[in-house]
Amino acid sequence: MSLFVMRGVSKRYGGVRALQDAELVIEAGRIHAVLGENGAGKSTLIKIMAGVVTPDEGSMLLEGRPVSFASPAAAHASGIACIFQELSLIPDLSVADNIAISNPPCRFGLIDRRAQRRMAEDALTRAGAEDIHPSALVKDLSLSRRQMVEIAKALARKPRILILDEATSALTAADVTKIYAVLKRLRAEGLALVYISHRMHEIVELADDCTVFCNGRSVATFAAGTRTDNEVVELMIGREYNAVFPPRTAHVASDSPLLLEVQGLCWTDKLSDICLQLKAGEVIGLGGLDGQGQRELLLALFGVLRGATGEVRIDGRAVAITGPHAAKRGDIGMALIPEDRKTEGLMLPMSVRDNLSFAALGNLSRWGVVNAAAERAAVERIVRLLAVRTDGTDLAAGSLSGGNQQKLVIGKWLLMAPRILLLNDPTRGIDVGTKQEIYQLLRQLAVAGAAILFYSTDYDELVGCCDRVLVMYDGAIKRELVGAQITEHALISNALNIGAQDENAATQRAT
Amino acid sequence: MTGDWSFWLREHKSTLLAFAGFAVMFSIYAANHPAGLNANVATTAANKGVLLAIVAMAQTLVVLTSGIDLSVGMVMVLANCLASSIVVGSPLMTALGVLGVLLVGCLCGAINGLIVIYGRLQPIVTTIATGSIYYGAALALRRVPGGDVDSTLADALTGQLPGGVPASLGLLLALVLIVWLPFRRSAIGRAAYAIGSSEVAAYMSGVPIRRAKFVAYTLSGLLAAVAGLFLTCITYSGEASAANGSTYTLYSIAAVVLGGVSLFGGSGSAIGAIFGALMFRTIGDLLFVFNVEPLWQPLFQGLVLMAAICLGAARLLRIRNRLDLYG
Repeated sequence: MSLFVMRGVSKRYGGVRALQDAELVIEAGRIHAVLGENGAGKSTLIKIMAGVVTPDEGSMLLEGRPVSFASPAAAHASGIACIFQELSLIPDLSVADNIAISNPPCRFGLIDRRAQRRMAEDALTRAGAEDIHPSALVKDLSLSRRQMVEIAKALARKPRILILDEATSALTAADVTKIYAVLKRLRAEGLALVYISHRMHEIVELADDCTVFCNGRSVATFAAGTRTDNEVVELMIGREYNAVFPPRTAHVASDSPLLLEVQGLCWTDKLSDICLQLKAGEVIGLGGLDGQGQRELLLALFGVLRGATGEVRIDGRAVAITGPHAAKRGDIGMALIPEDRKTEGLMLPMSVRDNLSFAALGNLSRWGVVNAAAERAAVERIVRLLAVRTDGTDLAAGSLSGGNQQKLVIGKWLLMAPRILLLNDPTRGIDVGTKQEIYQLLRQLAVAGAAILFYSTDYDELVGCCDRVLVMYDGAIKRELVGAQITEHALISNALNIGAQDENAATQRAT
Repeated sequence: MTGDWSFWLREHKSTLLAFAGFAVMFSIYAANHPAGLNANVATTAANKGVLLAIVAMAQTLVVLTSGIDLSVGMVMVLANCLASSIVVGSPLMTALGVLGVLLVGCLCGAINGLIVIYGRLQPIVTTIATGSIYYGAALALRRVPGGDVDSTLADALTGQLPGGVPASLGLLLALVLIVWLPFRRSAIGRAAYAIGSSEVAAYMSGVPIRRAKFVAYTLSGLLAAVAGLFLTCITYSGEASAANGSTYTLYSIAAVVLGGVSLFGGSGSAIGAIFGALMFRTIGDLLFVFNVEPLWQPLFQGLVLMAAICLGAARLLRIRNRLDLYG
């Protein structure tokens, strides 16, 4: 009998189907890899297993008995421990405190520090991290060491099923080697491991079984090694809808002026040696898996990241962009459409008009007083241009639909008539119709002479919209795809850093 | 294991700094006092300091969960008015009276906690409202200042122990031993720290969030009531003074900050807050010793507080992503 079975599990968020009819069968003493591109439903699946999210439909069986988890604590009690991508450690507590947090050893109602210390040392040893001092504060540890503590914490619960969600993405090479050994030992001890990783070579090295997710469905389960990398990528693509994209402009004239040029941009360990060129009239995409530095690259260009080094040239002139205020100045003319429209893009309780005119208030006012007539005219022009569906401009921005809110975020920067437009995943969570309007708009802006740098987690969009795509991996641009080279297959295999070329394989081994 | 002490030092850095700050200030004060440091000077200073220290302890419990309690001063005033009515008579009556005062304190704290947990209101607005209610109850109990308190109890708490040690310090020590240390060492106290440090991570780790918050608020009410009882013993009367309540609330926050407790929650200790409170009181006494006009006291206290906050904010200089500054 299988240790853990999920049948027909579905979950919706609002109108978005995150998981549909998903199946997963987990056996004790095996490592089960879960694969899928961004937004394929892997995170939702794990959250359901860990008791963070309750499914709308479907059943889960643990050793043949039906179970349901109302909270993470309930999942722990059933022997399921999860190591999340976002760490679940408490920064101000010590390593030992963190390891024991779910179930501290108590004597007379007080925590028995000596027992806790032993428990922590035990768990750290089991995780292959005995060099971490149990009394160290978590906030003083490096990211890689924290991840090791996270693994020790999960092991201290003596789980029967251990879920690792991108558990190695933050680890240094030395820690990765230790973790491999630890995972293989745990498998030998009879634990069931669910392993999610975007690194194909890890899956080849570790996995016994694989399940591929696509569009919220589990599309295939097979024993590791029975499919080639190429076949796996094909399984991950399988699209259902095809949005209509505006035709590309024939070709960007090679003498079209260079608007933005970046040389050797670095920031902490998130960005390394980024070089790119952006011409007027071009739409350039940023590809790669989520969290490979795309967001940081856009923020660094916009001047939000302190201590970013490297050279940024606008119109061939070196400039220092010290923040959003400097970036939107006339001679630079840069705008960033942020990722999270609700917190970084809009003031939800304020009116549509206020939201649209915020970024451009400097141009709409004289001596610090806003010219109401000019403001109204400008706002109405944008509302018409973007076909924002709203009953007048006095409505609160929060009362609009997601797609129309996103139009506001874009519209408020259009009022500035930016020359360089940076977009961070602008179509996430909005309807297909609005998406297409946004694609049209981007192309119109490019034709009018703007340069567009566009990050998207949706590979279809990159294929349909972009003249060039820069694929990022681990904070660096690994590959540039031009014109007909931009295919979903190329995007995914480059994002996973398993490009057909030998040179890619070589760099992968080197890192 | 070698090197353990360095981790201990790291963990208790803020508390040790608060203690050092207090020790320096108090030595200057004692060395320059015209009458020298005799038992009576020490007792008077201790009584004033301990009162604020207890309120600061109450504040700490809530601040650790990344909340704030603006009703602590009013709970103290309510306890003061109640104690001046019921902590009198035979020893049995007095004991029952003390129990009653403490129970009312717990109740006030528990109400705050329940509203914050189940009403999901921000602690700051919740406690402004409940603080006003508690003050209203105090006024209803005592329209004009007056009342009495059992003098044996009052003298015992505000006098001196054998050897000239102020009895109030004994009370403070007892509170640390009976309330703070068990809380700090228990699973529930650990949970309170975890919530303050990262509520999401705490939830993901299966920590009992509601129970921990409830206990923190209730104990905070209890400590505020102890402060009210102690105030009654100092003044031998009860007074529904709004000024007193507000002052102690604000001073308790100042003491917490001086004591190295993070207002974001999750780090610091009540012992640090105690030294913060004693330090805050000593600033005023220092000015007295050096014959500075009392009118300068608020200004000087403000400067010291500002300096302490700047030290605490030094970490912001290390932030590399400016978005994190506004999070």
